[in-house]
This record gives sequence, C-alpha cells and structure tokens, in this order.
Amino acid sequence: MKKKCKTIPVLTMIALIVAIWYIGAIWLNAPAEYDRALRSNTSLSFSELVSNTMAQERPVLPAPHQVAVEIWDTTVNKKITSKRSLVYHAWITLSATLLGFIIGTVLGILLAVGITHNRAMDRSVMPWIIASQTIPILAIAPMIIVVLSAVGLTGLLPKALISTYLSFFPVVVGMVKGLRSPDNQQLDLMRTYSASSSDTFWKLRWPSSMPYLFTSLKVAVAISLVGAIVGELPTGAVAGLGARLLAGSYYGQTIQIWSALFAAAFLAAILVMIVGIAHAQVLKRMGQKPEEYA
Amino acid sequence: MTVISAQKLSLTFKTNDGPVHALKDVNLDVGKGEFVSFIGPSGCGKTTFLRVIADLEQPTGGTITVNGMTPHEARMNRAYGYVFQAASLLPWRTIEKNIELPLEIMGFAKSEREKRVKNTLELVDLAGFGKKYPWQLSGGMQQRASIARALAFDADLLLMDEPFGALDEIVRDHLNEQLLKLWKRTNKTICFVTHSIPVAVYLSTKIVVMSPRPGRVTDIIESTLPDERPLDIRETPEFLKIAHRVREGLRAGHSYDD
Repeated sequence: MKKKCKTIPVLTMIALIVAIWYIGAIWLNAPAEYDRALRSNTSLSFSELVSNTMAQERPVLPAPHQVAVEIWDTTVNKKITSKRSLVYHAWITLSATLLGFIIGTVLGILLAVGITHNRAMDRSVMPWIIASQTIPILAIAPMIIVVLSAVGLTGLLPKALISTYLSFFPVVVGMVKGLRSPDNQQLDLMRTYSASSSDTFWKLRWPSSMPYLFTSLKVAVAISLVGAIVGELPTGAVAGLGARLLAGSYYGQTIQIWSALFAAAFLAAILVMIVGIAHAQVLKRMGQKPEEYA
Repeated sequence: MTVISAQKLSLTFKTNDGPVHALKDVNLDVGKGEFVSFIGPSGCGKTTFLRVIADLEQPTGGTITVNGMTPHEARMNRAYGYVFQAASLLPWRTIEKNIELPLEIMGFAKSEREKRVKNTLELVDLAGFGKKYPWQLSGGMQQRASIARALAFDADLLLMDEPFGALDEIVRDHLNEQLLKLWKRTNKTICFVTHSIPVAVYLSTKIVVMSPRPGRVTDIIESTLPDERPLDIRETPEFLKIAHRVREGLRAGHSYDD
C-alpha cells in the first residue's frame, strides 16, 4: 500500500463542509432577523443581515465559530471539576461508556462461546438476542433506570448497563461468526491430533476469531457511547453529555447542544481509533501480512 | 506385519439425490513400511478411503483395522500423521510454532518439542525458516512444512491426500523425489492419494487403482521397480510397463454408460 498524502483532500472537504454550514446558518437564521427588523421598523442591509445571523444568542443553526468558541470556553477556560466544563461532562459519559463496553464485550464473548459450543443455546438464545435489539433503546432505557433505582442501583452502573445492552450485540454476532470461521480442513487437522475441545478452542477458534472480534468492537464502542448518552436523558439531566444535550434543548441553547454533539462525536472518533490501534497491534503480533492490518 | 487391513469395506453417503456409494466392498492390506498410492478419477473414493483410515469418516459396512485397532482407537492413540491437499498452516503461528502445534496438543515437554521441531525442519529441508510466517514461504515450502508437522510426533503411518496437487510440475517433481528419500530414511508406512499415473508409479511399492460409481478397487499392482529411483527411471521400459498397466486398470474401471 502506498502511503499518500491525505492532508489536502481532507482539508478541502472540511473547508467545503464549513462553507455549506455558514450558508445554512445565514439562511436558517435570517427569518428571525427580518422579523426583528420589521418590529423595530429599521431597514437591514445584506452585510448587517449576514453578521447578525452569526451572532444570535439562540440561533436555529449556530455558525461554526460560535460552536468553536463555546467548546473552547467550556473546555480550556473552565476548571475540569466545574459543572460548566465540557470535559467534566464528557468524562462522566466516558466512564459509563467504558464500563458498559467492557461488560458488553465480556458478555458478548461468553454468549458467543456458549452458542458455538452448545446446540441448545445455538437454537434458543440467538432469536432472543436479535429480538432484544429490535426494541428501541429510547423506550427501554427509562425502564432500566427506573427498575434499577428501585432496587437501589443508581449512578454509573445503570447507564453502563444501557451501553452494555447495545454493545454486546455486535460482539455476539461477530464472535459467533469468528469462532465458526476455521474451515473444515483446519477442524479435521485438530481431529487427527485427537485434540480436546479446549485445545481446539484456544489454539484454533479463538485466534481465528480475532479479526471478527475487533471489527465488532469498533461498532460496539461507538454504540456504547450512544447508550451512555441515552441513559443520561431519563435521569433528569444531572451530568454528562446527554444531560448537556437535554438541558440545551430545554432552554433553547442550540450552541450548547451543538458543542455537546461535537464533543460526543470527537469522543466516539477517539474510542474507535483506540480500538483500531489495538486491532493493528494484535494482528501484527499474530504475524499477519503488513497490508492486512485494517 | 499388516498396518491397515480392510475387508468388504463400504461407505454410502445419504444425499438428497439418493445414496452415493463412495466405497463398495474394498479389500486391501497394507504392510509395514510400504508406500501405497491410491489412483483413480475424482469420485472413485480414494480420499474417502484415506479419511476412513483416519477416522474422519465412518464406514457403513465391512471392517477396517489400523495397527490392529479400530480407526477411532488408532486416532486416539495418535497413530498417524495426515497431510491435506492444502498446507493449512495456521497463519498466526510461525513455521516452528506450526510444527509444534501437534506436540503441544499431545503434551510433549518443552525441550522435547524444540528438539523435534529442529529435527523435522531439517528432514524437510527447511532449517533456517522456522521463524518465518507461512505467508513468507512459497507454496512448495508451505507444503513441506505441513509434512514436517505430520512427521513431528513420529507416528509410523503417514496419510497424504494429494499433498502436491496444487503445486506446479517442477516443484512437484522435486518434492516427490524428496518424499521418496524421506520415506526411505524414516521407514514409515505411507498412503498417498494422487491422480497422476507417473507420480503413482514413481513413488509406490504398491499401486491401488480405483474407479467410481460405486467407488471400488479395480487393480492392485505390486511395483517391480528397484528401491533406488532417480527421476530418469521414468523413461525406463520397466516404468512404462507399470504405467501402462495402471492406465489399463483405469480404463477398465471406467464406465461410460452413464
């Protein structure tokens, strides 16, 4: 694989998106400015209109620089222990995400091992797992929070469990496929050695499943974050990125909503990247051809 | 001494299109130290027969013993090494580690494993390639590594299912020659599936000619070639005579009426 310089295409794309965003901000925020001008009976020149649409307090669509300023303000200019710091809220969401992701991964792997080694589980469990994912998470999240708080569980764990609920699924599906990926000849080979099923698992099935596991983990970590954010909504918006989103929408703080959205997207990108790096490292240690890391 | 003994061995696969007689009434004895080739067109049951010996398929009729035991007992006793059509080395293990795989499973001690890996690597001429991963080796080298893997735990019986089928002719000739030397050095019993007449005649002390529908043995030829077999033995009249008989056997067994 040739290593090409990606900077210029990426910057071009970003510039294009920002330009479209600015045009959109002007277009969507203009009606409010016209209204205001009409009420105060003043005329509005085009340049005034443009500069006004980018400086509204509660714009329909905030301009990019407004969001950037808000993010800067709530990360760099605030102490991270402050309730107004985005870093503080991001950390709260991240901790639930990670806990939920870890529980989901372990649960997903255990279920996959059960499904591939036990015919009864293979037939009975998979339909339930699929059914579990057809229920909208927004419907089930408040139930989980309410039920768990009734038994005295509050705080991190209920949110993490919502992350788990979402993230175990891709892990089960990927690992079932991965653990079944050895071909007949490889399985016959193990039989000719009269290998035990634990030998077959650890020396053949488990290593074969690694590429599948990491592909699933990338999906799982991103939806863990979604789960944690959704889990913060019904708790009354105390803390976390979900709380920032909810509070922002209560008070029409669109700039706050957008900055929380960007923080969440940034967090997701970092998490997926970390899983990607771990994936490449594991494959490298497993002696894969360099071009096969991905 | 008989290593493999089959009497009226049959195997019928049930398929949606009715039963398929993969093997029908096969009688065969393989003595210790023999090099037996199974030759025939595809569908004649030669691979199935090898898989029955290895306890990878269950016969539906007749009897078969391997080292005087049932194939299942023989497999549990790790009586044979099996070489498949493809090398099927585990890609995440180095060549050394691949050869070590059966030794790990069979519970050999670490020092013994290292010694055996080193010896078998030398036996197949791969010394110095132990630390490489399979993808870093050519197809022929990979197949040699898979032979080393089958030799590592020192079973007396080696079952080979068209091991060089996927390789080009030059490499194949070379590997056949090496295999013959290896067989002489180790004094193992080898069952070798092929569909090449020259390969079968060149390698074997006994050639089993098979034909399909139902899979059966049509001729068993004891080779009259000397033990010492340089590659150009393939142009001697003796060699051509045996090859002719094999071809006759294949033709006789081939029914064109379907």
